[in-house]
Amino acid sequence: MEDKLFLGGHAFHSRFILGSGKYSLELIKAAVENAEAEIVTLALRRANSGELANILDYIPSNVTLLPNTSGARTADEAVRIARLAKELCQTPFIKIEVIKDSKYLLPDNLETIKATETLAQEGFIVMPYMYPDLQAARRLRDAGAACIMPLGAPIGSNKGLCTRDFIKILIEEIDLPVIVDAGIGRPSQACEAMEMGAAAVMANTALATAKDLPLMAAAFKNAVAAGRQAYWAGLGRVRDCASASSPLTGFLRD
Amino acid sequence: MNKKHNEQVKKQDDFFNSSIYNDEAAQFSQQQLVDHMTYQAGMEQLDAQLIQQVTEARADFDYNKYTAADVQQALAHEQRTPEDFAALLSPAALPLLEEIAHKAQQERQRYFGNSVTFFTPLYIANYCENYCIYCGFNSHNKIQRACLNTEQLRTEMESIAQTGMQEILILTGESRKKSDIKYIGAACRLARQYFKVIGVEIYPVNSDEYAYLHQCGVDYVTVFQETYNSAKYSQLHLAGPKRIFPYRFNAQERALRGGMRGVGFAALLGLDDFRKDAFATGLHAYLLQKKYPHAEIALSCPRLRPIINNDKIKPLDVHERQLLQAVCAYRLFLPFASITVSSRECARVRDNLMLICANKISAGVNTGIGGHSQAQELGDEQFTIDDNRSLAQIYADMQRLHLQPVMAEYVYV
Repeated sequence: MEDKLFLGGHAFHSRFILGSGKYSLELIKAAVENAEAEIVTLALRRANSGELANILDYIPSNVTLLPNTSGARTADEAVRIARLAKELCQTPFIKIEVIKDSKYLLPDNLETIKATETLAQEGFIVMPYMYPDLQAARRLRDAGAACIMPLGAPIGSNKGLCTRDFIKILIEEIDLPVIVDAGIGRPSQACEAMEMGAAAVMANTALATAKDLPLMAAAFKNAVAAGRQAYWAGLGRVRDCASASSPLTGFLRD
Repeated sequence: MNKKHNEQVKKQDDFFNSSIYNDEAAQFSQQQLVDHMTYQAGMEQLDAQLIQQVTEARADFDYNKYTAADVQQALAHEQRTPEDFAALLSPAALPLLEEIAHKAQQERQRYFGNSVTFFTPLYIANYCENYCIYCGFNSHNKIQRACLNTEQLRTEMESIAQTGMQEILILTGESRKKSDIKYIGAACRLARQYFKVIGVEIYPVNSDEYAYLHQCGVDYVTVFQETYNSAKYSQLHLAGPKRIFPYRFNAQERALRGGMRGVGFAALLGLDDFRKDAFATGLHAYLLQKKYPHAEIALSCPRLRPIINNDKIKPLDVHERQLLQAVCAYRLFLPFASITVSSRECARVRDNLMLICANKISAGVNTGIGGHSQAQELGDEQFTIDDNRSLAQIYADMQRLHLQPVMAEYVYV
């Protein structure tokens, strides 16, 4: 069975999106290879660097670049950064991040919706990072988003699926790929997100803070694949209590 | 008589740093000085609530009341309160420094991974109207003064840009006569041609002037309060606009109102009780970020350094252990803040602080005027530095420590 992830008409085999921040540039290649990642995110503000330590020189050429708009505080700034990204990275893909909070780095859904609207109309493949709110997700869908990327927990927190129940609602209600972004701290959490029916998972800090980054990249690849298989296999039900050997309804006669 | 004056001051002050006082300053202090708490004509006034909050908390900070248990509790907390920050700065935390450093390193890695951001300061003018007795630029210090013209600015910038540097911090002394806001703005516009990121560390200005500088390409403003003890501030800053404590205190807020992306804070450790000043610095940043949640926060941790005509200046009781304690406390209290360690510190201290708790380093530093491109400096330096390494050297050293140099992580919008 072919199980592909479709984003804006582009098909991907891998369901693990790799971040490229917070670790040595020399490790990016090994991380991509071990994760078998086909999409790598990078901050445009990191990519417009000059000759010294330019991250673009370290990302293998066979992956799809997914520039993000980190640094944008408003829809307008996100739109401007997206246009720069298109030019610099030669890709229609853009991950929208609009963040007006330097402490928690939580996204501003309202501004994200506005930016999505503008950029989708301009032909971008828009992948918005968002706080998992159902109404906002519907508006993003209507605005032309190619997927939605709800956070599992605050960026960099490695806390896992704190927003689990709300992401489940989005998976149930929104007919777009739901990609869990931010907060995934360990492979088991990535696996759980995939079991729930997430279309893909993105991680960065979890790898960057691992002792052996390439090995952790492989672990994530396996976890995501296992979660996806489990999703298709259909999880067995979980019961809160043991099945009573003499059922309460055993007295019924006719 | 002057000696007597100094001795008198010393008696009333447990944190008297005799290395910075001299006869001339003592004599000057005996004149009728301008009231340092009253705004002067042309200075934009903001609400006094924040100053009150910070200075009162500083005064109430009784660091001897904290115990090892308080410190352990602060370390165990996922999010640290001002009270936790206080415990981490207390003497009770010193014996736990190793443990604290490990925790700080975890936070550093979580927020910044192994990145180290590079920048270099560019001093464009050293004329100054202030009389800050510990500073090499002060108007009473007989040094060579200069102000770079456009051609000299261009040469300096070209020379720095050639090294691969992409973030620049433009500095001046405080003289609206010799280096006015238009002059600084023009220098910033020029810098935009050579660098990705531009910050300024100049005299405090009004929010409309910060807005003007923002238009010229500046997004980051650093202002050191030096000490948050207003009485001590008054003894150290004897004349000039810098004497006005509240105007300086509110500079970061005016910068944010002027549209700047980020603001930097610092107390110059060694001027007064460093525990109280570090506490006030962190609290100032914390409260301002709460008020302006989008503001990017940066902290520096400068210790006093020798200057021309006074090579004896020392940072009092702030030894390396205390410095590490303060910087770790900053990291644990404000894990998202950028922390810079300047070339006032030696390579060994800077490199280790980068590994543990700081994330931003200057390289190829010269604190004089014209020192990057001229055969001889046109103007003397602000203080003597303790780390002369070039960008290439620090770059290689960071890589050896498995840290990833980042030349720019920014886009001007």
